[in-house]
Amino acid sequence: MNTLKKFLGLIWMVLGPLAMTFLFLQAIEKVGLTHTDIERTNTILQWGIILFIFLPISLGLMIFGFYAWKGEYDKLPESSEEV
Amino acid sequence: MSDALPKNNIFKVIGASSLGTLIEWYDFYIFGSLAVIIGHQLFPEDAGASALINTLAIFAAGFIVRPFGALVFGRLGDLIGRKYTFLLTLVLMGGSTFFIGLIPSYKSIGYAAPILVLILRLVQGLALGGEYGGAATYVAEHAPENKRGFFTSWIQTTATLGLFLSLGIIVITKNILGAETFGDWGWRIPFLLSIVLVVVSIYIRMKMHESPLFSKLKAEGNVSKNPLKESFSHKANFKMVLLALFGATMGQGVIWYTGQFYAQSFLENTCKLDFNDSRYILLWGIAFATPFFVVFGAWSDKVGRKWIMLTGMLLGIIFYRPIYQIFLDDTDYTKIEQSDILSSTAAPASAVLIPNSTDSLRTTVTKVMLKSGASFSRIQTDTISVSNGILPAKEIIKDKILAKTVFWKFVGLIFFQILLVTMVYGPIAAFLVELFPTKIRYTSMSLPYHIGNGVFGGLVPFIATLIASFSGSTPLSGLWYPIGIATLSLVIGAIYLSNKRDENIND
Repeated sequence: MNTLKKFLGLIWMVLGPLAMTFLFLQAIEKVGLTHTDIERTNTILQWGIILFIFLPISLGLMIFGFYAWKGEYDKLPESSEEV
Repeated sequence: MSDALPKNNIFKVIGASSLGTLIEWYDFYIFGSLAVIIGHQLFPEDAGASALINTLAIFAAGFIVRPFGALVFGRLGDLIGRKYTFLLTLVLMGGSTFFIGLIPSYKSIGYAAPILVLILRLVQGLALGGEYGGAATYVAEHAPENKRGFFTSWIQTTATLGLFLSLGIIVITKNILGAETFGDWGWRIPFLLSIVLVVVSIYIRMKMHESPLFSKLKAEGNVSKNPLKESFSHKANFKMVLLALFGATMGQGVIWYTGQFYAQSFLENTCKLDFNDSRYILLWGIAFATPFFVVFGAWSDKVGRKWIMLTGMLLGIIFYRPIYQIFLDDTDYTKIEQSDILSSTAAPASAVLIPNSTDSLRTTVTKVMLKSGASFSRIQTDTISVSNGILPAKEIIKDKILAKTVFWKFVGLIFFQILLVTMVYGPIAAFLVELFPTKIRYTSMSLPYHIGNGVFGGLVPFIATLIASFSGSTPLSGLWYPIGIATLSLVIGAIYLSNKRDENIND
């Protein structure tokens, strides 16, 4: 199980940047599809918010993957003294 | 071992905590339920700079700031105590909700109206971000170790009951005043009513004592000096925050918002169900399913939290698409036979001239009653052209009212989805409380909870609708977002989480 945890960590590390790239591409596409200035401003604002929120989350997923790869989750703490 | 209270006292603790939390959820949801009316009243009808504020206020603000509220009030709760912190969040939430009900319309004060609403909505989101972690922590720290899941599950019912209360009060107020008066000023009543509920709750909460575990920590001089730093800069804590987010709250958030928000939005906007019918279905589903929060919370004390939560996610992943396909199939009235129709009554057609043209649009509304008891409105808008005669347009079917058997079938399907909500949500407060030590518990558990629910969950309607708008997508394509997130959370939770309950949270 620990080997599985470790190697899945690599997937989480890759998934973070992949998700961000996908969101950036979607944002560019959706802004490009707008017709009026107001529509464009609203779409930019909505996607700006989405990117602003999901950027740190995908960074968190990368860190989670890194910790998993390093074996930090091989044994979870059973009391606060271990935290 | 926590310093558990006698049974009657613990129920006072639960009652006082739950009532305040329920009111906060009520406050948070009435804004969402009345967003369209608020938009008409407080924002200018023409687009422009105000469209920005409108978008920010309604789409984003309340959800986005929840994690920040978790940080601000979580830190405060770990520094000065649970009782005073969630008393403060209650005052902020109740006050801002009350003031939203008092804000003059755009016609009276111009742009000040949407700006004030935005500010108050931000305060609402911040307060909610601080409330839940405090209430869950407070109850858990009073509960005996073998009933922590059972007692904290009462707190878990409040989000759903808050939604139930907001829908109920809105429907009742609208039915009493009539649609026109409600749209004019009656929408303010649910907001103003909040102050009464909050005053009662503050009175009750003032009589409460500080959490015994926090009091002990304080007496020993072990209160954290910088809970934010301890929660997020110490690797040992931070890795557990990440695990709680990706392995539990992220999946729980999308299951919650799919079952209780996206379902209603899908029935109303995609299936074109009548406004009241779609809400009644949800109200019945909530009423039948709510007791199961307590059932699964209590069961998690016996079998552990992990597999109950993950089973809820798995069932959502498997059954969402079949359930929503049934919603679509059973509301598809385009294939009905002539023999199914009981009566068909057309209202007099209305015609309007198309601006800068000699052509006009003629709208005909036909009310169709079926033998099964179902009914719907068929709307046909034809262009009457001077040069080309009548150009018929595709008819629209809306305001569908379901036959009784189909109505109850839909209640059953919504009940099932909320049952999944109770599986993932019932045990999660106890799960989160047990994951973190007392001195940084408020801060550490609040952040993953509000990112999971406020961000991943709160964005379900928006992202699902966005996916459904992609070229080549179907009405069910939006479900790939909650299914994808729940699958990721299920895999991470199954592999990385432990099912072991931490019996001693007094550390």
